[in-house]
Amino acid sequence: MKSLTFTRCMFWFGILFLYLPMVILIIYSFNAGRNVQVWAGFSTHWYGEVLRDRQLMAALGRSLRVAFFSATAAMLLGLLASIAIIRMKRFRGRGLLSGMVTAPLVMPDVIIGVSLLMLFVSLQQAIGWPQGRGLNTVFIAHTTFCVAYSTVVISSRLRELDESLEEAAQDLGATPVSTFFQVTLPIIWPALLSAWLLSFTLSLDDVVIASFVTGPGATTLPIEVFSSVRLGVSPKINALATMIILVISLIAFTSWYVTRRIDIRNRRQQLAYQREME
Amino acid sequence: MNAATETTASDVRARERVKKKPLLSIEQVSKEFDGTYAVDSVNLQIYSGEIFALLGASGSGKSTLLRILAGFELPTAGRIRLDGQDLTGMPPYKRPINMMFQSYALFPHMTVEQNLAFGLRQDRLPRAEIKDRVGRMLDMVQMKKFARRKPHQLSGGQRQRVALARSLAKQPKMLLLDEPMGALDKKLRTRMQLEVVDILESVGVTCVMVTHDQEEAMTMADRLAIMDEGRIEQVGTPVDVYESPTNRMVAEFIGSVNIIPAEIQADEEDHMILRSPELPVPIYIGHGVSSGIDQRDMLFALRPEKTILCTEQPEGDYNWAAGTVNDIAYLGGHSVYHVKLDSGRVVQTVLANRERRSPRPTWEDRVWVCWESDAGVVLRD
Repeated sequence: MKSLTFTRCMFWFGILFLYLPMVILIIYSFNAGRNVQVWAGFSTHWYGEVLRDRQLMAALGRSLRVAFFSATAAMLLGLLASIAIIRMKRFRGRGLLSGMVTAPLVMPDVIIGVSLLMLFVSLQQAIGWPQGRGLNTVFIAHTTFCVAYSTVVISSRLRELDESLEEAAQDLGATPVSTFFQVTLPIIWPALLSAWLLSFTLSLDDVVIASFVTGPGATTLPIEVFSSVRLGVSPKINALATMIILVISLIAFTSWYVTRRIDIRNRRQQLAYQREME
Repeated sequence: MNAATETTASDVRARERVKKKPLLSIEQVSKEFDGTYAVDSVNLQIYSGEIFALLGASGSGKSTLLRILAGFELPTAGRIRLDGQDLTGMPPYKRPINMMFQSYALFPHMTVEQNLAFGLRQDRLPRAEIKDRVGRMLDMVQMKKFARRKPHQLSGGQRQRVALARSLAKQPKMLLLDEPMGALDKKLRTRMQLEVVDILESVGVTCVMVTHDQEEAMTMADRLAIMDEGRIEQVGTPVDVYESPTNRMVAEFIGSVNIIPAEIQADEEDHMILRSPELPVPIYIGHGVSSGIDQRDMLFALRPEKTILCTEQPEGDYNWAAGTVNDIAYLGGHSVYHVKLDSGRVVQTVLANRERRSPRPTWEDRVWVCWESDAGVVLRD
């Protein structure tokens, strides 16, 4: 039996601190009663309720759609911005662009929300677009702040990439465009994927900015949850949260498992090669 | 080495060169970065089939010149012609030149085979031909059994061989090597130098390499150019450059050398006499320098291995100096002695350790340094 050292205590305290709220949430999602605080027996009743709740499901669908498109747009724009910042040495505004594009990282969400709202309103007055606010404006707003994150992720990978690889490709006869698709992209795709995932999560997660720029009929899931909780926490929300946690854990576990498998395989191969060389 | 045979040998080589037309000519090429010239009006001719080395310290402009040849930098002025074709503004992917990078730049996401096929695939060659040529390249560098490996699964020497094969796969008119041994450890370096030269000679490709390592340049290259501050100081065979440097910078850059200021006393057709305030007797040289120089202050350059260290005063009225042993570096095969002359100047001399434990001069011993009449070179200040 291992002794209960200070480090071990702190470890378990940390784990509890992080995961206890979620555990409580999961347990109460199986509560049969309507009251969130009082345990009234086990039931999966609320899961059925959630799936039958048209409004909640519609909000989830909207959120996923917005998150998907914003993440994709942010990834592409972030890639272009990174190329301009890292690779275009003769581009005069490089320093300015790299400072400006990451500004939303340090800007409070409220300010981004207000300023975008004002932009949309005055644009509508000036050129008649966007007509009112809805999913379109949420998509634009989310893309705007996600570009900042995805640029940081992609540009740091691109900066690490040995430039002589691209030069070698050109030296061997590949045009700059075909060099990008044959060499640059296959090497940096993990960074693109993580930029996409990060943007997707951020978009799915956002309440503040979305609540400024959204309009009637375009309520996203976080706003829906937030407003329903204000009228009293329903166990339905617990059930929904549990399902989201389950999906996320599943994704996280799968990716961990796959990378570990690849890691082990690589290490085994490396060892075999080393033995062979000796 | 005899001065007479040395000249005839380089004469023969020079005549051979005249017969051949230069493959690559670099004409008045300059490259300016923010007001400073990294490459300053360089003129060079590279002949077909030779291995040419650009040798210089870091920042001498040799890498910039190589990058201009590859097409990664555009020269500010000047022209580059390959086989009569003007390359100056041509992008790198159109030039019939390939380069082996210092870091090798092997594509990490491709196998050895795919790396070799990359250049051929860009030319849209038929699949069967690509396969055939990749196979031959793999054979040439003896990497057939590693064809399916990724670069990170190879050792340094193997990576270098793959990089070399990749840059030769397209049968370029000219091959550029950027610090070819830079990423290898010392022991592997000496072996790979000869291996790479063997491969290059069997292919017969014309080759320009950049290096800061003089030993590497002299081992591998047929001719070399010494670069300093963007300019070419001297071009010639390794023997030319080492034995007959044209100025102080070249003499000091290649090997070690004792430089002694001296004044011309007599300059005849068959000999000349110089006098140095730092030496007790005049310097006698067995040939004259080109006549008609009114400048009398010269530098006498003398390589340590061309001097003899004696424990008794030599006979004769020329070419010796007296001093005490100041420092000894025992290097196994030979020892380098730092002898402090009576004038205070320290000169280096080499003593070959021919016997295992014979008595040798030691610290503070009185010694004499002497040399033959053809041992040193006279340089203009």
